[in-house]
Amino acid sequence: MITDITIGQYFPSDSPLHRLDARVKLVITLLYIVSLFLIKSFIGYAFVIIALAIVIKVSKVPFKFMVKGLKSLVFIIIFTALINVFTVKGGETLVTFWKLSITTEGVFFAIKMALRIILLIIGSSLLTLTTTPIKLTDGIEALLKPLSKIGVPAHDIAMMMTIALRFIPTLLDETDKIIKAQQARGADFDTGRLRDKARALVPILVPLFISAFRRADELAMAMESRCYNGGANRTRMNVMKVTSIDYTAIILFVVYWVVIIAMRIIL
Amino acid sequence: MSIEIKHLTHIYNPGTPFEHKALDDINLKIEDNEFICIIGHTGSGKSTLIQHLNALLVPESGEVLLNGENIYADRSKLKSVRQRVGLVFQYPEHQLFEMTVYKDVAYGPGNLGLPQEEIDSRVKNALETVGLDESVYDKSPFELSGGQRRRAAIAGVLAMEPEVLILDEPTAGLDPKGRDEILDSIKLMHEKRKIIVILVSHSMEDVAKLADRIIVLNDGKVALTGTPREVFSKVNELEKIGLAAPQITYVLSELAAKGYDVRTDIYTVAEATEELYKFLKQVK
Repeated sequence: MITDITIGQYFPSDSPLHRLDARVKLVITLLYIVSLFLIKSFIGYAFVIIALAIVIKVSKVPFKFMVKGLKSLVFIIIFTALINVFTVKGGETLVTFWKLSITTEGVFFAIKMALRIILLIIGSSLLTLTTTPIKLTDGIEALLKPLSKIGVPAHDIAMMMTIALRFIPTLLDETDKIIKAQQARGADFDTGRLRDKARALVPILVPLFISAFRRADELAMAMESRCYNGGANRTRMNVMKVTSIDYTAIILFVVYWVVIIAMRIIL
Repeated sequence: MSIEIKHLTHIYNPGTPFEHKALDDINLKIEDNEFICIIGHTGSGKSTLIQHLNALLVPESGEVLLNGENIYADRSKLKSVRQRVGLVFQYPEHQLFEMTVYKDVAYGPGNLGLPQEEIDSRVKNALETVGLDESVYDKSPFELSGGQRRRAAIAGVLAMEPEVLILDEPTAGLDPKGRDEILDSIKLMHEKRKIIVILVSHSMEDVAKLADRIIVLNDGKVALTGTPREVFSKVNELEKIGLAAPQITYVLSELAAKGYDVRTDIYTVAEATEELYKFLKQVK
């Protein structure tokens, strides 16, 4: 069912990772992604996998939730791996057929590429799984704040993200409802040729767009009637504070980076 | 046509922290040509229950029998189940999508693969039943008034010519005139076509007036079931689960409490009028 989509889903729990400051988590995730591109050896990947496994364990989020996020991207992962297998040359040649040949170097590179994408997705989904959308956008706003001096509308960007995130479940529910309503009128989305399937989407998309516009209109009206005028002079109900957990996380992450850099130099 | 629901249990998001048991071992039997009203507070499982009746939701356990046949047994017969059990969702006008009212109503029968003449006659029939005349056929659904749009959407389900018609709060958000028009056409349909009607409603007045039998849901279980008289006589139980008796019943109870000699087991305005006339004559 459509409501099974888990992009950006939050998993409520009470773990040190959930209590971590959103700003700290954002920066760590960003630098973690950068670190993935610095690793060259399999030992390096082994280290990252172990580190990530520990973090997942600490987060108390069941592993199957991360795998769910991967499912929809399996195709991209396989596609990238295949391209690499056939295009990267070097080392011994394993198989040759027609104009294509597979070399050991190609296989190693493909495995590393696939690992990199998987680690990237799991790592970043860990961020959204342990951070509520509100905290996440608050964190982004706080991090963008310095840029507002050079004219970046930090508050507006954050508000747009908050609204977009807040409407994902609403629109999914709406889609689910519209699909069911059309199914109740005998609509069939599973069988038929591609052209029929594409045409079957019209009865879903038209009502969905209309309802999205209606909701946007209502929301804008509701915000204006409560005198919303952007970020000027707004204060927060929950002020973000960096606590001892955050310091521990930062120290551990620095250690992680030292190991990554050391491995890049030594290996 | 008869519907039998056996040990129906539905759980949303099983195996996650969002797990929620929406229906818990529901057992019901609905006979041919009955007019059923389902009442219950918000979140009591009404919408979940009706979505099982035409197999839009698949239960955790239990079965729904349509004329003795389990509707989940054969996936290839789903279309025929959905044709026989018509479901009108809340705010059905939100699913209108075609350029004209006529085409939108024709969407359902078109999906059934009927010949064009049959589709035409069904569309005209359905629009006539809900009280929309030829002047709206070529209008865009978005040009109509709120009440007309709602009726056009209901016609979209009627055009499937279902043997069971389920409506989820068909009068929500309408003005009194729009509400009466819709309820009248539902009543008319029930009498003319001899179909089962299942109506979900929050208006105790409408329920008292229309229902042959009321089903009261509370926390995913059937709390009470019976004729309006049987159900509304248990006011205390209803109030405990966030419901109430029709307003007119309270008026008569107040009078009785003040020492006037009136019956209190009255649930519709028509009955109450009669009773009050009788009472006033006595006083004279």
